[in-house]
Parts: sequence; structure tokens; C-alpha cells
Amino acid sequence: MTVPETGSSRVKRGLAEMLKGGVIMDVVTPEQARIAEDAGAVAVMALERVPADIRAQGGVARMSDPDLIEAIIAEVSIPVMAKARIGHFVEAQVLQALDVDYIDESEVLSPADYVNHIDKWQFTVPFVCGATNLGEALRRINEGAAMIRSKGEAGTGDVSEATKHIRKITSEVNALKSMTRDELYVAAKELQAPYELVLEVAETGKLPVVLFTAGGVATPADAAMMMQLGADGVFVGSGIFKSGNPEQRAAAIVKATTFYDDASVIADVSRGLGEAMVGINVGDLPAPHRLAERGW
Amino acid sequence: MTTTLREESLDAGAGATGPRVGVLALQGDFREHARVLAVLGARVTLVRRPAELAEIDGLVIPGGESSVIDKLARTFGLAEPLIAAIGGGMPVYGTCAGLIMLADTVLDASPGQRSFGGLDIVVRRNAFGSQNQSFETELAVPELGEPPVHAAFIRGPVVESLGPRATPLAALADGRVVAVRQGALLGTSFHPEITGEHRFHEYFLGMVGAR
Repeated sequence: MTVPETGSSRVKRGLAEMLKGGVIMDVVTPEQARIAEDAGAVAVMALERVPADIRAQGGVARMSDPDLIEAIIAEVSIPVMAKARIGHFVEAQVLQALDVDYIDESEVLSPADYVNHIDKWQFTVPFVCGATNLGEALRRINEGAAMIRSKGEAGTGDVSEATKHIRKITSEVNALKSMTRDELYVAAKELQAPYELVLEVAETGKLPVVLFTAGGVATPADAAMMMQLGADGVFVGSGIFKSGNPEQRAAAIVKATTFYDDASVIADVSRGLGEAMVGINVGDLPAPHRLAERGW
Repeated sequence: MTTTLREESLDAGAGATGPRVGVLALQGDFREHARVLAVLGARVTLVRRPAELAEIDGLVIPGGESSVIDKLARTFGLAEPLIAAIGGGMPVYGTCAGLIMLADTVLDASPGQRSFGGLDIVVRRNAFGSQNQSFETELAVPELGEPPVHAAFIRGPVVESLGPRATPLAALADGRVVAVRQGALLGTSFHPEITGEHRFHEYFLGMVGAR
């Protein structure tokens, strides 16, 4: 019998497969993590500040305090994710040492490297990375990402950028499916992505890893729309704990994600949820404040 | 519905005449199971509602997050008819979270978490630790013969103890049981549906056909 192998691509990508059809919720305290698990979150993202607060307070946003991350790991029985800055491989080393279940190399934090992303093959723990289009997604996968989330515009409660990014990725995948092999060489050049990955997407008709959607999801209908547009699941950041009734809203978004194609269920769970997060229209954000433009 | 990518996996089974097998589709990797079953000739239904249970001869409970599958099954009225179907002898195969849902007793459960039960076993949820400890390995499964099964354990459970009615089918080198059968119920801690291993699904379809 061979020696058991940890940290393989299959087990890294495999955990994301098990999260499909689920909702991953941002939490900033163990109490919020408890609410998220009780509401049916499939995993939690441990943070010091949700994106809406990072946006409001400004300054450099970094990896969370290890004490906070450990307290959240101790509180819940579901997987715990945590964010490292783009390119900050030492924050990622720390998060791996803390035994988080997934690292999000995230544009929500301030980038630590404006040229390079983390070499994610060097880690046992899997990574999820943001992408606004197929080329960006494939570059991240080439660097070892085991899961992709379309970026949207975090901390806004405005789902329009999430819609734009998931539509962009799925339409670019669909375009590859109809190309001949000689056209795929050019497609790889234009996508700025490795030919082998482009070929794999063209042949299988999907990304090689699980694709979630993030950035602006605030209501059950938002989550269901992302699922109908082809997402495997959703991240909800500020949308839950910046709303009037987090417990009920969290549970409603979970149900709408499972029954994403059943409008009567979505109507039922949308009743009496109280105030949604106030939000910001992405159009009102000056370009330098758009997080989705971080990462390349 | 604008997406077709994720539904087409079931088409392979469209003209099939094999057993009607449901895959519990509340959360998790149910499409991977549906794809394997369709390739093996089963007529596959994704099950999210009680009425859909009436149309099937067997059920697969996929990998996923057991605490979420439990909550959704209870909220949408699926748990009670499913428990009755298990009691009535419907063949069910559970992988990972699915094994947890089939266990009579679950250790390290989420607060308030319940299982459907049926397998006379005690499972420990997430028994290996965090994702850093997830692994793949070769596993001897005498019931399936050679070669050994290539098994992926992803924050998986183990069977800590078995009652007299349950039979272990496979164990790790340290003796911990990771596959079990009891009558019409089959459970594995690992995920044949993501490693290209079809023999467990074939074995399960044999159980469905023999009923």
C-alpha cells in the first residue's frame, strides 16, 4: 500500500467540490460564525472586517489576527477559510500553519505584490482566487488555485459586477467550446492563459475547478440568480451581517441557493427579511476604489 | 434557466433502461454521482422534494456538508419520508457526508445536527482534522477485488464502531473502518465519484437491482 498523500490537487479541488450548492459567509467574530453555521453555511470566511467596513474605514487591509482565526476555528465544525493579501506568501504560510481549510488570496485586502501572485503549488492548504474573466481564472489555476470565485465588487451590496463577471467567464468558456484546435492557440494568446488549460476548458466545457460567485450578493434572489447564471455556489460577505436580521437572511440565502430554479421557494424565503444592507451603487465608486481591479 | 453546462451530465442516462436511482441534490457533489450513475446506465433523478422519492428504486447521498444537508432535508420535508424509505428497505449509498447521514450515531456533530440513520454504526465527523490532513491513498476492498480502490478522503468521517448488523468493507492501515454495508445500505468515508472509481456505484446498482 502506498503512503497516503496529503495536499494533492485532487483533495484540494475536491474540498471545493463538496462545497458546491452552498453558501460561504464572511464572519468577524465566533458569535457570527455560530450564527452562520446554524443558518446552514457550508463554510465561513474568518475576517477582522467585512469588505463594507474595509471600504468605509480605508487604510491597509491585512490578514486577520491569528487569535481571531483560531477562535472561529474552535467555534464551528464546518470548514474555515481566511484571506491573505495578493502575493503575500508569508501570510499564506501563517494561515496554513493555523490549519485553516482554505486560503482566499483576495483583492478585498490590500495587495502585497503588484506583479506576482502567490505560488500556490507550494502549499498543502488549497487556495481560492478571484477572477473577472476566464483568462484571469486560468492564470490563477496555473499558479495552483483549487477554486475560483468571480470577483464582483465586494462590500457594495450591488450585484451588478458579480453578474458581469460570472457572465463573462461562462460566455468565454462557451466560446472556447465551439473553436477548432488552431483557433485555440490564438484564444490562449488573447486570454493570456496557458494553452493546455485553454484546451482543457474547450474539451470539457467548464473550468477545471469549482467556480463560485462573490461580491455584492445581498438577497436570496441575488444568490439564486448567480446559480442560474452558472455559479457552483456563492460567497456572501457584508450582505448578511450588515443587514437587519442576519440569522433569517443567512438561512434564506442558503435555501434560495439550493432551490435556485424555484421562484416559489425564493419568494417564500424572501418574505419579511427586514432591511437589506444599505449598499453602494458600483457606478458611484471612483475607479481607484474598485477592488475588482486588483489582481492581474 | 440560462445554463445548460451543469445539466447535460444527465443526458448520458436519458435513453437508459437501468434502475431508477435518485441523487440527493440539496448540496454537495451530487452532479459527480449523477454522472457516474448515468455512465453505468442508471436512470438518474436529482432529488430535492418528497414527491421525487416516489420515483426511484435507490438513492445516493453525496459528499458535501452534512450539517447543511441535514438542515435542508428537515426544512423541506424530505427527512421523514426518507427515513421511512430507508426503514422500508430502499437501497441507499452515502459517501462522506452521505455516510454521516446514514449513521445511527454521529460524534462531533454540529449543534442540533441529526442524521437519517439506518446504519448501526457510530461515525466521527471530520475525523482526520483540517483540510491539511485530507489525503488520497490505495485501499484494499476485498468485496470489489483487485486492484485496490484509489480513495480520496476530504475532511472525511471514520466509522468508530459497528453494531452486529453492520459489516466493514474496508479499513485504513491503522484499522479504522472507512467503508461499511448493512443490508441495503452502503457507506464510504471517501469519494469514488471524484476519482474515476466506478466499482462502488456498480456494486450499489447491483444492490438496487437485487431488491
